[in-house]
Amino acid sequence: MRVFWPVTLAAAALVGLLAYGLASKGTDTTLDQAVQRGERPMAPVATLPWLTEDGNGSLADYRGKVVVLNLWASWCEPCREEMPVLQRTHEKIASQGGLVLGIDTQDSSDAAKRFLAESKATFPSLRDRDRSYGREFGATGYPETFLIDRKGRIAAMQRFPVTQEWLDERLPELLAEKA
Amino acid sequence: MKLLALTLAALLALAAPAAAQKASLPDIEDEVMCVECGTVLSVSSSPLAQQERQFIREQIAAGKTKEQIKAALVAEYGPDVLAEPERKGFNLALWLVPIALVLLAAGAIAVALRRWRAGDRAAEPELPPPLSPEDARRLDAELQR
Repeated sequence: MRVFWPVTLAAAALVGLLAYGLASKGTDTTLDQAVQRGERPMAPVATLPWLTEDGNGSLADYRGKVVVLNLWASWCEPCREEMPVLQRTHEKIASQGGLVLGIDTQDSSDAAKRFLAESKATFPSLRDRDRSYGREFGATGYPETFLIDRKGRIAAMQRFPVTQEWLDERLPELLAEKA
Repeated sequence: MKLLALTLAALLALAAPAAAQKASLPDIEDEVMCVECGTVLSVSSSPLAQQERQFIREQIAAGKTKEQIKAALVAEYGPDVLAEPERKGFNLALWLVPIALVLLAAGAIAVALRRWRAGDRAAEPELPPPLSPEDARRLDAELQR
């Protein structure tokens, strides 16, 4: 059989392009599976702009601390509802070498700042304007919370709003660990 | 002539700000995505879509042009907020692949036509060998009967 090679080549390139497009848009559950197995995968790290001040920051700046990393947005009602729990947690764990780090995602920066001021939230937040950082965590919605140990590894995660009970059940053990 | 040039310049000066003030929510909504829902903003009613609309209204109220508002939207929500993707990086494929496919299809049709014509010529029945003088004479005689 005679093969018309340019057509074959073009078809292969098109299939490759489609596969790449599908793979890049799909949901990544690698972290979920690792945490379910009891492992502690390294948390993704990226340098992002601060929401309420100039300059950039990163999760890596808090190595040695226990970080409650929370993906939120001011337009997300469940995120607004869980904000008091996060603020209380931030105040409670600060003296034990812990903090809440917000990742304000796909949000108007002015609306986000207004919301933080209204809710009297004082924990720091970075801006992930297009959810590129959130996708590294396999984020599919809001809010999502990840407990990062002192070595920068994900110890627990919640793809839905967190409750005080969920945090109280997991944080003391992490806070007791050495860096 | 000088008067005509001055009139034209005055008209252009008046027209430019008028064009810049044309930014309107319905016009921009069609060219912007609701970044969370993956649909054009004009057909979305999610909380994020409402926030994006409010953002656009504030920009319009601040006197921004359509292009300035789209740039501000990209600064807030990233390049995916534009319904028409930017012509750079991997997005270039969205523009180049259809063109390449059309060119490829045209090439394939041209090759197929050429082969078809060549096949037609090959399929034409071969003419019989010319008649000998004797046979020609007999044929003429038969036809004249």
